[in-house]
Amino acid sequence: MSALPNGLEPSRKRWTYLDNFLTKAGPGSDEQWVPGEETITSLEKSKVLQFLFREADVGNSKAEVAAAFVEKRVRGVKITPYNGKIQDKDEEYYKQFHVIVCGLDSIEARRWINATLVEMVDPEDSESFKPFVDGGTEGFKGQARVILPTMTSCIECQLDMHAPRAAVPLCTLATIPRQPAHCIEWAHIIAWEEHRKADILDTDDPEHITWLYEKALARAQEFNIPGVTYSMTQGVVKNIIPAIASTNAIIAASCCNEAFKILTNTNPFLNNYMMYSGDEGVYTYTFENEKKDDCPVCGNLARNIMVNPDVTLQEFLDSLGERPEAQLKKPSISSGDRTLYIRFPQSLEEHSKPNLEKKLKDLVSDGDEVGVSDPAFQISFKFRLVFGP
Amino acid sequence: MAASATTPPPLQPPSQAPTAKERKYDRQLRLWAASGQQALENAKILLLNSGPGVVGVETLKNLILPGVGSFTIVDEALVEEEDLGVNFFLTEDSLGKSRAEECTTLLRELNPEVEGHGVRTSIDEYVKTLHQERYTLILLIGPSPHVQQLSKYCSKTSIPLFYVHSLGFYSHFSIQLPHQFPIVDTHPDPASTQDLRLLNPWPELSDYAKEKTSNLDSLSDHDHGHIPYLLLLLHYLEEWKASHNDLPPQNYSEKKEFKDLVTAGARTSNPEGGEENYDEAAAANPLSPSTTSSSSSHNPSNFWLIANAISRFHSTHHVLPLPGALPDMKAQSRDYIHLQNIYKSKARQDLAEVIATVRSTEQRLRQNHPNPPNTDAMIDEREIEAFCKGAAFVKLIHGRPLMFANIFDDPQTPGGAKEEEATEWQDSAPSLAMEFHMQEESLLPIYLAFRAYDGIFANPRPRPWLKKPVVAEKQKSMEQHALADLDDIAKMAGLGEKPDTAVLQKNIRDVVAEFVRADGAELHNISALTGGMVAQEVIKVVTKQYVPVDAT
Ligand SMILES: [Zn+2]
Repeated sequence: MSALPNGLEPSRKRWTYLDNFLTKAGPGSDEQWVPGEETITSLEKSKVLQFLFREADVGNSKAEVAAAFVEKRVRGVKITPYNGKIQDKDEEYYKQFHVIVCGLDSIEARRWINATLVEMVDPEDSESFKPFVDGGTEGFKGQARVILPTMTSCIECQLDMHAPRAAVPLCTLATIPRQPAHCIEWAHIIAWEEHRKADILDTDDPEHITWLYEKALARAQEFNIPGVTYSMTQGVVKNIIPAIASTNAIIAASCCNEAFKILTNTNPFLNNYMMYSGDEGVYTYTFENEKKDDCPVCGNLARNIMVNPDVTLQEFLDSLGERPEAQLKKPSISSGDRTLYIRFPQSLEEHSKPNLEKKLKDLVSDGDEVGVSDPAFQISFKFRLVFGP
Repeated sequence: MAASATTPPPLQPPSQAPTAKERKYDRQLRLWAASGQQALENAKILLLNSGPGVVGVETLKNLILPGVGSFTIVDEALVEEEDLGVNFFLTEDSLGKSRAEECTTLLRELNPEVEGHGVRTSIDEYVKTLHQERYTLILLIGPSPHVQQLSKYCSKTSIPLFYVHSLGFYSHFSIQLPHQFPIVDTHPDPASTQDLRLLNPWPELSDYAKEKTSNLDSLSDHDHGHIPYLLLLLHYLEEWKASHNDLPPQNYSEKKEFKDLVTAGARTSNPEGGEENYDEAAAANPLSPSTTSSSSSHNPSNFWLIANAISRFHSTHHVLPLPGALPDMKAQSRDYIHLQNIYKSKARQDLAEVIATVRSTEQRLRQNHPNPPNTDAMIDEREIEAFCKGAAFVKLIHGRPLMFANIFDDPQTPGGAKEEEATEWQDSAPSLAMEFHMQEESLLPIYLAFRAYDGIFANPRPRPWLKKPVVAEKQKSMEQHALADLDDIAKMAGLGEKPDTAVLQKNIRDVVAEFVRADGAELHNISALTGGMVAQEVIKVVTKQYVPVDAT
């Protein structure tokens, strides 16, 4: 550490406030914990992995600038910026950290890191166990959760709490639009394919958004639907979630606070889910999410899924994208060692394609277990098909 | 096809691509819109800072990022080395300089559009000159010996006052709102705002329902499956009333019977084996009556003028003005738009009636006033419209003085004389009684411990505890004070001779023990979290949108 501008060497004095908690136990701290020098040293040596989701306009250099900025403000901390896909890193990389904090924007990325950390756990090797803390916000609401892979409920166990928004049926978009959002979705899904198939839609390109807005507006005028605006077009197409600094502060600080307690034992950490809502007064609720035996990631039983035996395999696979308990967009499926449908490689896809038209009851029996894989995830999901209406 | 005189509303002119400002604030504008943003940009926030001084600065951060108008930090302290380990808005270059000025400089880097002032002076001195500047809202950091003085000042001037503590793993804030604090735009859940007036439809709506449902049986499957569910409900309600003395379903079993009547009307012989619009009709609850809100005050503020006009509307029509919003439902585009226009026209008509009442009241007030202050002042129609749209959800909060303000009546014996102590809880005791049932879940021990802490440590000196470990010496008296408060509340709440307070007592002792451990320190995480919560509340109070915490 360098000398301070006033010529003094930086001393422990800077951490006077913090040391009140690292060197003294409180009424709630673990009785086994010995406060003092050891806690300070272990905190100083600990490595935290923090994921930030990438916004289109935050380039590599900005991540580095941010890291350098924080290093300068908080003397003594070392930050290594890394800009890339979380999927490119292997277990060895994740093993070096003591705790992992997620500020990810997509459920896919959360599910990926969750599955990786659960898979990584080797009961023989304590280094393979990485607690992780996850947070998210929307408007005045937010949530924070602590996950101890294989020991507590994981992201996949809680997947149905994050049901995707119900999609508007295509026939509504195509024939009977009623809302401005219907016109925008029509421009987004149908008109773009029809007129600009060659261009890849870039929702950050103002020209593309303007084009969609004008198409949506023209369609709205045709049907006398009021209310299509540029801002709404952007919101619908980019699926913009309203966000404010204060809610982000609440959830980020809450995640940091949990990580801090995990690293220092200064007080018990969250078990294991906290939700915050500031829409009407302040409402917080903390509870323990249950670990599920039929969790495809941390459980060992197949998850039951109700299906109508008369639907085709194609219809069933499409429904997996929207079912809250699955949310798989590009599934391949097998039953025992028999492939029912596989997307890659193309030769096998051709071979298994005819099955898509067949009804489920002609491919599997009630109670059969199927394995579903998806390129977004490294593990296979086990479902037991239960025939129903 | 509907042949009606209703003309569709004009389409909005094509809006331009967003301005730089709209882009910058896009994600928050989707919450509080341009009106909320304007209120925020007009706001002047005062922070009276003390102690380690982090929680107030973290609060400001969350107001500066979304573009608050201006902020002022008053803080007597000079930056010391221990500040650097807990305050993100100080650097090594700040050592020995004014903490107020240094934090102001670094906070302003977050958003150059925000004006900021750092003032190094004692709060004692500053509060003497408080009346020279009109602040929108004041943040006071505890423990503070000025809480009583500020509470009185803010009551008198109707300035919202926030009182905030952050101490180790615990924090607290209390809000003192002006005596009457109305919120028109409470952002209720959209599903609950739809007053569709199905039980008392107006002629245009009934006529349209009759037109679309008069020959249900002869309709094609396609047309039958696309009748908006609202019209189906109106149709079946008529049918029901014909056989029930002209009354809608009255109780749970009748409502269920009615639902069965609707469901029985659906066609099931079609390929889908059912009809979405009938499912929607069966799922809807047409019978939620419109809420009444009556008020009779003669405070000539905009709020009361409009509230009175709406009250008048309600006594004439027995319903609130129609909000005019229509939920999405399965329907042909043109039928849906037609129905939407019926609702909008009616909403405009209701609005016009309310505006007329407001205008005539305005005129009467002007005539009765010997010296009309500003003769042409008329309430903006948009304000009246917003009120009509949210009439069922308009909220009026009655601000009360901070409970923390009465701690210092007798600084020698924390908590003041016993007699007074018992009465100070009179108003809040019944609601606090619930806390005794919550036992382990209750937050009352934290609140009482903070009061006890305040009673002992509120001190005009900037950081008294750093000179020697004084907090530990006071552990017993803090416990005693908080436990005495607990006893008083139990008595006032009428919980009987010997209420079971063992859990609450233990928790009070634990919180006090954590206070002793903290020894005056803030933890950055807790202050950041608290700063986020306080900032949310500040935004709600400043924008008069959403619903702030109503408790002191
Ligand atoms: Zn799991």
